[in-house]
Amino acid sequence: MNAALANATPADPFILKVDGITVDFDGFKAIDNFSMTLERGQLRVLIGPNGAGKSTLCDTIIGRVRAASGHVWLNGEDITALPEFEIVRRGICRKFQTPGVLPSLTVRDNLALAARRDRRWWTGFGHAVDATERVRVDEILAAIGLEDRATTLAGLLAHGEKQWLEIGMVVATGAELLLLDEPTAGMGPNETSRTAKLIKSLLGKHAVLVIDHDMKFVEELGGKVTVMHQGKFLKQGTVEQIRNDPDVAAVYLGRSEREEA
Amino acid sequence: MPKYLSQLWIVALVLAVAAPWLISSYELSLLGRFLAMAILAIGLVLLWGEAGILSLGQGVFFGLGGYAIAMHMKLVSLPEGELPDFMMWSGLDALPWWWVPFANPVFALVAVVALPAIVGALFSWLVFRRRIVGTYFSLITQALALCFATLLVSKQDVTGGFNGLTDFKTLFGQDLASPGAPIALYFVTLGFVVLAFLGARWLIGSRYGILLRATRDGENRVRFLGYNTTPYKVVAFAIAAALAGLGGALFTLHAGVISPALVGVVPSIEMIVWVAVGGRYSLWGAVAGALIVNFAKDEISSALPEAWLYVLGAVFILVVTLLPRGIAGLVRDLAGRRALVATKPQEVQK
Ligand SMILES: Nc1ncnc2c1ncn2[C@@H]1O[C@H](COP(=O)(O)OP(=O)(O)OP(=O)(O)O)[C@@H](O)[C@H]1O
Ligand SMILES: [Mg+2]
Repeated sequence: MNAALANATPADPFILKVDGITVDFDGFKAIDNFSMTLERGQLRVLIGPNGAGKSTLCDTIIGRVRAASGHVWLNGEDITALPEFEIVRRGICRKFQTPGVLPSLTVRDNLALAARRDRRWWTGFGHAVDATERVRVDEILAAIGLEDRATTLAGLLAHGEKQWLEIGMVVATGAELLLLDEPTAGMGPNETSRTAKLIKSLLGKHAVLVIDHDMKFVEELGGKVTVMHQGKFLKQGTVEQIRNDPDVAAVYLGRSEREEA
Repeated sequence: MPKYLSQLWIVALVLAVAAPWLISSYELSLLGRFLAMAILAIGLVLLWGEAGILSLGQGVFFGLGGYAIAMHMKLVSLPEGELPDFMMWSGLDALPWWWVPFANPVFALVAVVALPAIVGALFSWLVFRRRIVGTYFSLITQALALCFATLLVSKQDVTGGFNGLTDFKTLFGQDLASPGAPIALYFVTLGFVVLAFLGARWLIGSRYGILLRATRDGENRVRFLGYNTTPYKVVAFAIAAALAGLGGALFTLHAGVISPALVGVVPSIEMIVWVAVGGRYSLWGAVAGALIVNFAKDEISSALPEAWLYVLGAVFILVVTLLPRGIAGLVRDLAGRRALVATKPQEVQK
């Protein structure tokens, strides 16, 4: 299996392959032999009850958490052991569950930092901003609807605006694969639906893995849904199939029953 | 900020240039000494204010710069073939090999900034690459200051021990006792303060400065935007160390002495207090803080020699709890309040 993956050709449609990942927190298996694949330019929604291991999976893909076993492949390259910033430079960027914008920088500087193509440290001095990067930042400001907030400090934004800014930053890196961990947390229905549109507009150019709990949002996004439970793969299918799946219903129901008890 | 405040630097610069004719020569020598310390404070704005890295070991780099120039002056004042007095008393019969290059004036001058920069870069790289941050990092820098001062005292035969190095006569062929020397030295110091100020301001406004602030706010976020944050922090630490070294060398020239008591744990904390009082996010605040705290120290310790450390501690606690952005932050808030009422609310809310 690994040899076949390593020999991936450009015709290989998969941008991401997660192969038998296990993450062990002092004996507790937050992820247990989990595998999945994602095609270029496609959308995937990852759902699962609280503590299913969704965020931990993102952490493992971007190198924040190291897997006890298993591999992560990006475009046919094994990135499992690379340092975080190298993984990002290969083309993965992630939005954190709690907004990770940089509060004492302006909205524009947040995006400009993300959009900088050359991230080697010795090129980071000087004042000049690359013209193409500036254009890119303007485009993204328009896409996330924060044009008139460009000079505001990111720390002063409303919660929803912070979420959009961080999505914008993730996009600005030009990464081919975007991991969005609960991008609509704390948003109202209007904001949520704007976010769904924004994410859909990214597809094709970017593959996007979205984690969310809000089933209305998931429906609006469409696309394939993967269900995770207790660190394991549970089901995969369309929104419709997942919604009507008895096993999925059982894990969600089981949880809410436990919580009520 | 209102216009009159942003133009205040002109007044400050004019006063600084006119100072030799305005104040007594004793006061001028104090002012020169404190301006040398302000160069170190400028480095701390970059390191502590911008990058959020609290170093309790700046005395080490101050000392490296000071000792570098002091060793040079010791060597040039010696008759051919003789050793510095303290080495002879300790029974040494040859100059240690690492003293030898300091006889060369160019080497000594370069060493004033290069030595602290290199030591600072190596030290901080070793620590930052292990991802040691925050309080743990500060404690390690404090340990460094303790080691440095202890080493200087214990290696008396090659460092001059507790008394340090003193009794300098000439620098680059100029007689340090000549009447023009203090004024020349004052202007050299002032020039370096201005240079350091402008250089730091340029850096803070550059993309590098933006990255430092970003790292201070969310190092993880920056890392997951594809940046390796370690070298940026190492560069900030090395620049702050180099400025500390420059300040230390100029201080040594003004004071005529460098000794372990000037570079250990307590002086290193004092350096943090200057910048905390002045305001660590503000270059002029840090310069003002260095001057104010040191003049206060001079006044207080001549009146009540025992009281200084208590005052220092009290001031530090007050500033940290009541004025986290120091005098500069207070001035900005007071001056900005009127302007704020007129313009800010619309911008802040929405
Ligand atoms: N650093 C850690 N050390 C120990 N346990 C951890 C750590 N991080 C996560 N866990 C545990 O691993 C499990 C999976 O957590 P994770 O955050 O990935 O869940 P999730 O699916 O993202 O949940 P949520 O929907 O609440 O965000 C949880 O039981 C959590 O308590
Ligand atoms: Mg999560």
